[in-house]
Amino acid sequence: MRIGRLVAVLTIHREIIEAIVAHARRDHPDEACGVVAGPVGSDAAARHIPMENAERSTTFYRFDSTEQLRVWREMDDRDEEPVVIYHSHTATEPYPSRTDISYAGEPNAHYLLVSTRDPQTAEIRSFRILDGQVSEEPVQLVGESMDTMRSYEENGDPHAVQSFMFGQSPAAVDYECQR
Amino acid sequence: MAIDVRIPTILRSYTGGAKAVSGAGDNLSELLANLDGTYPGLRGRLITPEGGLHRFVNIYVNDEDVRFLGSLDAKISDGDTVTILPAVAGGAFGLAAAAAVLGR
Repeated sequence: MRIGRLVAVLTIHREIIEAIVAHARRDHPDEACGVVAGPVGSDAAARHIPMENAERSTTFYRFDSTEQLRVWREMDDRDEEPVVIYHSHTATEPYPSRTDISYAGEPNAHYLLVSTRDPQTAEIRSFRILDGQVSEEPVQLVGESMDTMRSYEENGDPHAVQSFMFGQSPAAVDYECQR
Repeated sequence: MAIDVRIPTILRSYTGGAKAVSGAGDNLSELLANLDGTYPGLRGRLITPEGGLHRFVNIYVNDEDVRFLGSLDAKISDGDTVTILPAVAGGAFGLAAAAAVLGR
């Protein structure tokens, strides 16, 4: 599946997903945010960079502008680009809000959302956001033999039972529907 | 000498794909006017109709966010580097507000 020239699937290492969820859990109930960088044009999510949420808010996030400049320059020096831009929603479903859509300014990025509203199960969904249009895409974990959608996984940490749910849950609603 | 301006991916359609362009001006306002002469439409993506810096972008002079330097009045000299980045922000607020409006 493709959207224009973009591949409409997020392929990502399980370790990086675990690190992103751990970051989101750590900052809960504030929203957490960050980047996964990869070589320009590769669409390979390779280097996880947790970022400060300058807003320290339960309903809003913003990269600290000074930290962002430093990280974006570092990516430029390494011929990388932001392959994934992620943030958490801490009380609502992991679906892009109007605010998320209006700010989405990296046309090559996968926008990954994690919901930490359930303490045991992290809900993870990935989207492309181009010119205000949102398209959901499956998340494909590298090295995992599993269906990518609606899968439940244990993360192997004996001290914290944590499972992941990918894709749209049956109870999810599309708030963008006009009525 | 001129001012080196770094263009983010999303705005490279205005610069023929160029990552970096040159401009001139003594402050950010003049620089953006100068750039818009060469790359029509670019300024409109950075400045609101009311004339302020758009909240969806960050602009830096060398290492400093121009919001700390007087915004559009930020002084610029030949040899400076001006970097434009998309602000990365968002969050559930819009979602919660929409849910409230829809009574969910």
